Amino acid sequence: MATKKKGDPTVDAAQATATSGNGKSNPELDRELLRSMLLQRRFEERCAEAYALGKIGGFCHLYIGQEAVSTGTLSILRPDDYVITTYRDHGQALARGMSPRNVMAELFGRVDGVVRGKGGSMHLFDRNVNFLGGHGIVGAHVPIGTGVGFAIKYRGGDQVCICFMGESVVNTGAFHEALNMAGLWKLPVVYVIENNRYGMGTALERASAVHDIYERGASYNMPRAQCDGQDVFAVRAATQEAVDRARRDQLPTLLEVRTYRFMGHSMSDAVSGTYRTKAELDENMKRDPIMLLRMHMQEHGELTDEEIQRIDADLKAVVQDAWDFADKSPEPPIEALYEDVYVDTTSDSTAEPLAAD
Amino acid sequence: MAEITYLEAIREALFEEMERDANVFCLGEDIAAYGGAFKVTEGLSKRFGEQRVIDTPISEVGIVGAAAGAAHMGMRPVVEMQFIDFVANAYDMLTNYVATARYRADLPCPMVVRGPSGGYVRGGPFHSQNPEAGFIHTPGLKVAYPATAEDAKGLLKSAIRDDDCVLFFEHKYLYRRIKGTMPAGDHVVPLGKARVAREGRDLSIITYAATLWKALEAADELERADGLSAEVVDLRTLSPLDDDAIQATTKKTNRVLIVHEDTRTGGIAGEITARINETCFAWLDAPVLRVTAHDVPLPYAPQLEDFVLPQTNDIVTAARVLAAY
Ligand SMILES: Cc1ncc(C[n+]2csc(CCOP(=O)(O)OP(=O)(O)O)c2C)c(N)n1
Ligand SMILES: [Mg+2]
Repeated sequence: MATKKKGDPTVDAAQATATSGNGKSNPELDRELLRSMLLQRRFEERCAEAYALGKIGGFCHLYIGQEAVSTGTLSILRPDDYVITTYRDHGQALARGMSPRNVMAELFGRVDGVVRGKGGSMHLFDRNVNFLGGHGIVGAHVPIGTGVGFAIKYRGGDQVCICFMGESVVNTGAFHEALNMAGLWKLPVVYVIENNRYGMGTALERASAVHDIYERGASYNMPRAQCDGQDVFAVRAATQEAVDRARRDQLPTLLEVRTYRFMGHSMSDAVSGTYRTKAELDENMKRDPIMLLRMHMQEHGELTDEEIQRIDADLKAVVQDAWDFADKSPEPPIEALYEDVYVDTTSDSTAEPLAAD
Repeated sequence: MAEITYLEAIREALFEEMERDANVFCLGEDIAAYGGAFKVTEGLSKRFGEQRVIDTPISEVGIVGAAAGAAHMGMRPVVEMQFIDFVANAYDMLTNYVATARYRADLPCPMVVRGPSGGYVRGGPFHSQNPEAGFIHTPGLKVAYPATAEDAKGLLKSAIRDDDCVLFFEHKYLYRRIKGTMPAGDHVVPLGKARVAREGRDLSIITYAATLWKALEAADELERADGLSAEVVDLRTLSPLDDDAIQATTKKTNRVLIVHEDTRTGGIAGEITARINETCFAWLDAPVLRVTAHDVPLPYAPQLEDFVLPQTNDIVTAARVLAAY
């Protein structure tokens, strides 16, 4: 796919404020962050292509524009921590280290998919990296994140659970019930609200009586914060504080991360024109999180033009490999249909409780 | 009169009923500015304004409950579930509260909860369901599930005018694939009345919603390949069931196949079979058979989805067994 088009974060220059890297230089870390974010971007550009070709069906929601949130938060976690999220889950899955091959195979509905083709785009899951989904019902996974935190604390573990959600989730009953319990029981969960300002076609201000979402934490006696979601360093700093609090003091945090989605809500939604203007979109695209990080690195002499092109080419090859793998993977056999409906129809032994110690 | 789609027929019903009665209003997620996830309500807010076409937060319990409160006050709310799967969130409101309101407190609840239902679209486990059985099982609720554009419009108008709560299932696979010509004037199709979609002599296929079209295809195939004459009955309303129509077709052909897209165990086919046993046992020349979805969550992978859901061939095969019995 041609990538040297306008808005490509590896070639365009950002016109707005750069990142808050505190003037510090940490080339190795920064390179990791860049790779993580750019992998998500390149992966999802190909998802859009695969959707247009009919290789991906059903409902598919891209994360493009929000990559600093997944990468920034998850780069703070330990491998034994837990992650749970919504249907807009490709970014978190890749940032958490799930295999691009198996994720793509899931999107293609193939047997090598992370849940053997049964879940599709909205329901990615991988217990190897403690990634607990991928959930298609808005709000439903928030109590589940609370329960994961409960089990960690009950067993005396020091892990943390990050529970991601869009800003619309705060209007569901499940959110209130789950956060109240986490505040009441002091659970090690970081609730990350990815506030991209819209729930499908409805602006935050038209759906929530409170516009600074993090303030809702007050209702649950919960520590709370707000940060810039396009700046990966700002996301890392805010997450670090929340994760420390969870790990050390077993306290939950409500972290509102302000971001923006560059694509339509799903593949069938126009990018702009219905509920948000092209001008608003263009303005926000000036703060492409990948572009901002690249600029920071170049300002600090951490990255040359040749290097970014090399990284980009490398990641495109990773994504092409994922595509080829998914394309060759067979469709799930009919016999797989009844597997895992109940425990005694399970064909393998992976259905063990999740570890917390 | 020009043909319109199933989706446009629903939209027409909403326009006409809002025009007719100022107490009718619509609420749901993304129904105004966005026009609805499937654009069913497109143009509605422009015509009737934000007072009557209301974008809500993602709060299914809240909006169904608030609709019930407004209905007690004499209004006629039409609530959209963005996908009918999410009505599970409002199950408590509907089954505990709304369904019992008249019985326990003499409170009228003239409201409609409508939304896109069903599979065949690769929607996966949470965007493909047919949860009608849980509501049919609840006394106090009515359930309609149209298959044709004409019925989509006529039944929705009836549902909005009905003095009880009606769950109105719309099949998303049919939204833009099925067209019909609307009868002139105030086109209302009564709740509780089935329709013979195809006359036949040798066996009856009783069905509704998307599988009606598969049953009709199967009937053509049976005629062509086997010389069998299959009658196809479209239930249209699932609660109350049209017992007269079910008995009439059973007594006419003496062999009954029930087809639905919902899963098998606890699906409405079991209820219809029991009723036929109770009322028409002496007329039966064969056991009542059924073709349904398999008893599994709906998988995303195309090959698996196609296998789980009833297909025309499954109906043909079952009908042959029935005819040969
Ligand atoms: C209970 C429930 N209601 C409605 C939907 C339909 N729906 C899917 S995504 C969405 C908008 C969610 O917006 P937000 O939480 O802000 O997340 P974003 O899409 O912006 O990432 C809606 C209404 C759903 N999946 N589940
Ligand atoms: Mg949002």
